[in-house]
Amino acid sequence: MKLFVPGDAAAVAVGADAVAARLAALLDQRGIDAQIIRNGSRGMFELEPLVEVESARGRLGYGRVDPDQVEEMLDAILAGGDHPAALGPVDDIPFLKRQTRLTFARCGIVDPQSLEDYRRHGGLVGLERALDLGPAAIVEEVVQSGLRGRGGAGFPTGIKWRTAAEAPGTQKYIVCNADEGDSGTFADRMIMEGDPFVLIEGMAIAGIAVGATIGYIYIRSEYPHAIRAMNRAIETARMAGLLGERILGSGHRFDVEVRVGAGAYVCGEETSLLESIEGKRGEVRAKPPLPAHVGLFGKPTVINNVLSLAAVPFILAEGAQAYADFGMGRSRGTMPIQLAGNVRNGGLFETPFGITLGELVEDIGGGTLSGRPLRAVQVGGPLGAYFPPHLFDTPFDYEAFTAAGGLIGHAGITLFDDSVDMAQMARFAMTFCAAESCSKCTPCRLGSTRGIEVLDKIIAGENVAANIALIEDLCETMKFGSLCALGGFTPYPVLSALTHFAEDFAGGSDRARSAKMELSQ
Amino acid sequence: MDEIISRHLGRAGPLLLILHDIQDEFGHVPAEAVPVIAAALNVSRAEVHGVISFYHDFKAVPASKPVVQLCRAEACQARGVERIAPLFESDPRIALETVYCLGLCASGPSARIGDEVVARLDERAALRLIERVGA
Repeated sequence: MKLFVPGDAAAVAVGADAVAARLAALLDQRGIDAQIIRNGSRGMFELEPLVEVESARGRLGYGRVDPDQVEEMLDAILAGGDHPAALGPVDDIPFLKRQTRLTFARCGIVDPQSLEDYRRHGGLVGLERALDLGPAAIVEEVVQSGLRGRGGAGFPTGIKWRTAAEAPGTQKYIVCNADEGDSGTFADRMIMEGDPFVLIEGMAIAGIAVGATIGYIYIRSEYPHAIRAMNRAIETARMAGLLGERILGSGHRFDVEVRVGAGAYVCGEETSLLESIEGKRGEVRAKPPLPAHVGLFGKPTVINNVLSLAAVPFILAEGAQAYADFGMGRSRGTMPIQLAGNVRNGGLFETPFGITLGELVEDIGGGTLSGRPLRAVQVGGPLGAYFPPHLFDTPFDYEAFTAAGGLIGHAGITLFDDSVDMAQMARFAMTFCAAESCSKCTPCRLGSTRGIEVLDKIIAGENVAANIALIEDLCETMKFGSLCALGGFTPYPVLSALTHFAEDFAGGSDRARSAKMELSQ
Repeated sequence: MDEIISRHLGRAGPLLLILHDIQDEFGHVPAEAVPVIAAALNVSRAEVHGVISFYHDFKAVPASKPVVQLCRAEACQARGVERIAPLFESDPRIALETVYCLGLCASGPSARIGDEVVARLDERAALRLIERVGA
């Protein structure tokens, strides 16, 4: 018998370790020959801990299992009988069934630390093909796939690779940005914990493509489980010859090392991340020069988000066209979207571009967890815009979001019910920027603090019209005068809150106050 | 301290690696470490101090009480973290630190104690956590 209990941090945080321990003790006690696999999460966080058992009907799920329930559940599994926590075949759950999982195809399915399991589920096919194709053809394949940077900027990945490949230099680097600091996002963490080899494979392919021999994965310190999972997988990959002097027996050398961040949000910005790996303050660099020309330790460097690199093995294995066939407009392929915050069915939803925001939050997300009316969604993390329900027909697409005054970012969508006070959320955006600013440029360093003060005046009802004009002016300065996206994009949440939820500003929000009162009754 | 420094000396960009290990070992980065690291890496003391003070993870003094890191970013706010935050703030047995995001955004409010993470914190779970950590 094969049982699955996720080792994903979001499952562990709600008791998965205790469930696994209890299950192991019971199996041992009863002398049952069974294997417990600590898989990644399927990405349905309301159902965690989600225990699965292999059966003739596919994998059967038991949702939200409490450690005290484990014995009952095991009896039900053994008897083939029913149980209140039984969900039936997991693959039939609509939240999963409606997805197109290319990057996350294996996440939650395989044993994340087993390279054999990875191979059995189609792993390393992309790398093998890449070795046959050679550097120039790999770059061409990634260009043709239409893959754009999944970290938020949406820059074509293949073009970045080509630039680094053509840059002169003997030492080049591949850097993976796993500093997933945006609230509302967890896809990087999930893939590192649930399918770490796909990231290693993607980085190795990138290394061959641009002629880099060393890769760094910069993981935030807030992700201890992901750090552990990546380190273990790298060790396994080295032992198996997937990393090292001759990867998969070829003439290519490539190795990967994990570097751990130290609690600075701004290090998710690519140039500040490079500074941090070099052991410096995570201050943003002015661009140009581009990292592809002058990157880590001054050498040509490809710096990509986890999800960009993790999309590459599929592209190489199945061909650029297979990836480009999904999506809309200039947004090709799939996006692992993360539904977060006050959402009934939160989690990871990978789908081709083009789905509307409304379908995502209402049909798939199921609206708010609190059951109260959905009032606002923030798309793209702390630097993303707030969308009101009347913009829910916006299709998930880089250009459509830009046109609607927002950004996709790392595709985190955070839902808020009607108890939210949008003036406070605007203020929080400025507070966050002030706390996390690297302090190198003035618009971000000073603008954020002045922004808090001006918003406080607006909230207190002081000279509202004049202060709103002032905050708009300040936002313009931050947007165009900041060195990086932290100062440059903080205006998105501030101005979108002001534009779409004007009733919350000026003299405090009566509406939010009365909703809060109702909640506390 | 010397052992930690020499462990990383040959590696590319060793300063953060050294500081992490010192923080883990001593619970803070003591002021005495600054000149030692500076000499070993052939950089100025100001540069080392600048790095230490830049990152939230490196502490100048050790925590006097068990630390609970509570996520107070947007997704956890949307799930009601500000309703339970006062429970942590008011308890003298623990030290509360604010963090922005633990990547548990569909399961919040969430907190981290060392390498342990906990989510779905309602009032009862928060009190239980404080009881356990503060004991």
